[in-house]
Amino acid sequence: MGEQAATTMQWSDEGVILSVRPHAETAAVAEVLTRDHGRHLGLIHGGRSRKARPVLQMGNHVEVSWKARLADQLGVMTVEPLRSFGVEAMDDPAALCALLSMCHLARALPERDPHPNLFEVTLFVLGFLDDPLVWPALYVRWELALLDEFGFGLDLSRCAATGITTDLVYVSPKSGRAVSLAAGEPYKDRLLSLPAFLRGRSGNGVQTSDVLAGLDLTTHFLNASLFVPRDETLPEPRSRLRALLARLNAPV
Amino acid sequence: MARKITGPEIERVIHLLARLPGFGPRSARKAGLALIKKRHELLEPLAKALIEAAEKILSCQICGNLDTQSPCNICSDEKRDGALIVVVEDIGDLWALERAEVVAGRYHILGGHLSPLDGIGPEKLNIPSLLARVRSPVIEILLALSSTVEGQSTVHYLREQLAPSGVAVSVLARGVPVGGELDYLDEGTLAAAIKSRRPLA
Repeated sequence: MGEQAATTMQWSDEGVILSVRPHAETAAVAEVLTRDHGRHLGLIHGGRSRKARPVLQMGNHVEVSWKARLADQLGVMTVEPLRSFGVEAMDDPAALCALLSMCHLARALPERDPHPNLFEVTLFVLGFLDDPLVWPALYVRWELALLDEFGFGLDLSRCAATGITTDLVYVSPKSGRAVSLAAGEPYKDRLLSLPAFLRGRSGNGVQTSDVLAGLDLTTHFLNASLFVPRDETLPEPRSRLRALLARLNAPV
Repeated sequence: MARKITGPEIERVIHLLARLPGFGPRSARKAGLALIKKRHELLEPLAKALIEAAEKILSCQICGNLDTQSPCNICSDEKRDGALIVVVEDIGDLWALERAEVVAGRYHILGGHLSPLDGIGPEKLNIPSLLARVRSPVIEILLALSSTVEGQSTVHYLREQLAPSGVAVSVLARGVPVGGELDYLDEGTLAAAIKSRRPLA
C-alpha cells in the first residue's frame, strides 16, 4: 500500500462517509471509509453548499475521487451519491444510533489502511438498517468484524479448554475464545455470555436479549483492546444504542 | 512581509473586520476603507452603535436568545402563543423563522446539536432549561432542528427526554422544497418526500 500510495496520487473508489467537518467558509473535510484505500480524508470544495450537504451525511454510500500532488497531502475529494443510508435511517432512533455508532467506531481504524472486508460488511449492514428484525444482530457481527480487522478477533469456533465445538455458551474475557458450558461452569461469574446467534447460523429471529448480550460482549473487547489503551471511552451513540435496545427489551 | 500601508489603528480595524463571517482580508480592507472615508456618516455612528450593543447584550434567561433585555423580546411578548415552544439549534435559525413570520410560538435555543466528533454531548446543550419550561401552558414542543444525521439524532434524544412529561412533540416535515424540481433533488430528499406523502383532501 505504501508504495502504491507514493505513486498514485489520484484514485476513484467507493466509500461510506464517516464524518464531515467544516473547513473555512465553504469547504469541508470529509472522512470516508473506502473499499481499497481505507479510512481516508480529503478536502471537498464547496462541501457546505446546498447541493453537497445532502450527499455529505454520515453513513451515506458514495463514489469518491481523490487527487493530490503529493501522496501524504490531504488532497481534494469529490463525491457522488450512490445511496443515502444516512437519510434513510433518520426517522428510526435505534437504526440512526447504530449508523452513527458504526461511523464513530470505524474512525478508530488507522488512516489509509485498506480494510476491504470491513467495507463490504459495513455496506451490507447499512443496507439492512430499514429492517428492525435483522439489523441489530448484524450490527453485533459488524463490531466483531471490526475487532477482527484490528487483530483482536474472537475465536468462537471451539472451546478454549476442551476443544469441543458444541455447547459453547461463554467467552473468556481475557483470550476472547469461546468456552463450553461444562468447562466454563466453575468460572461462570467471570466469563462473558455468548449469545446463540453468534455461535452458528441461526436463521430464526434473534431476540433483543441476545443482541444485548452480544453488545455487552463486544463492549468488553472494544474497550479492552481499543478504547482503554487509547484512554478513550466508547462513542456516545454506541452507549445510546445499547440503552435504546435495552428499553425495547424491557417488559411493558 | 507586506509593506504597511496604514497606521496600526486602521490595521486593527481591518484585522477585526476580516474575522467576520463572509469577510476575507480583501473584503475587510474594502469595508475598512469605506468606514474611514465616511468617518462622520458611518464610522462614528457604527462605533457608537457597537459599544451600545456590546454594553446591553444579554442572554435570555428563559430561552437562551441574545437580546438587549432578559427575558428577551420574544419571551416577554404577551401576544405570542405560550402553548408552543419551537426548539432551534441556533439564534440564526430563530431569526430565519421570525423573518418568515410562520410561527407565533416561543422559542428555545439549544446551542447546537449532539456531535460526539466535536465533543458536544447532551450536557453541553441547553436541555435542562428546556425540560424545566415544559409545564402549563405549554402543550406542544416543535423540534425544528436541522435535517442532518446529527440533527435528527438530537431530535430522537430530545424526544426521549421529553417523553416523561407527556407533552406533544412534533418535528418539521422533510421533502420537496418550494421551487424544487424533482429532477434536481437528491435521492434522500426524494425518499423522504415519498415517505411523508399525504392524501389530497
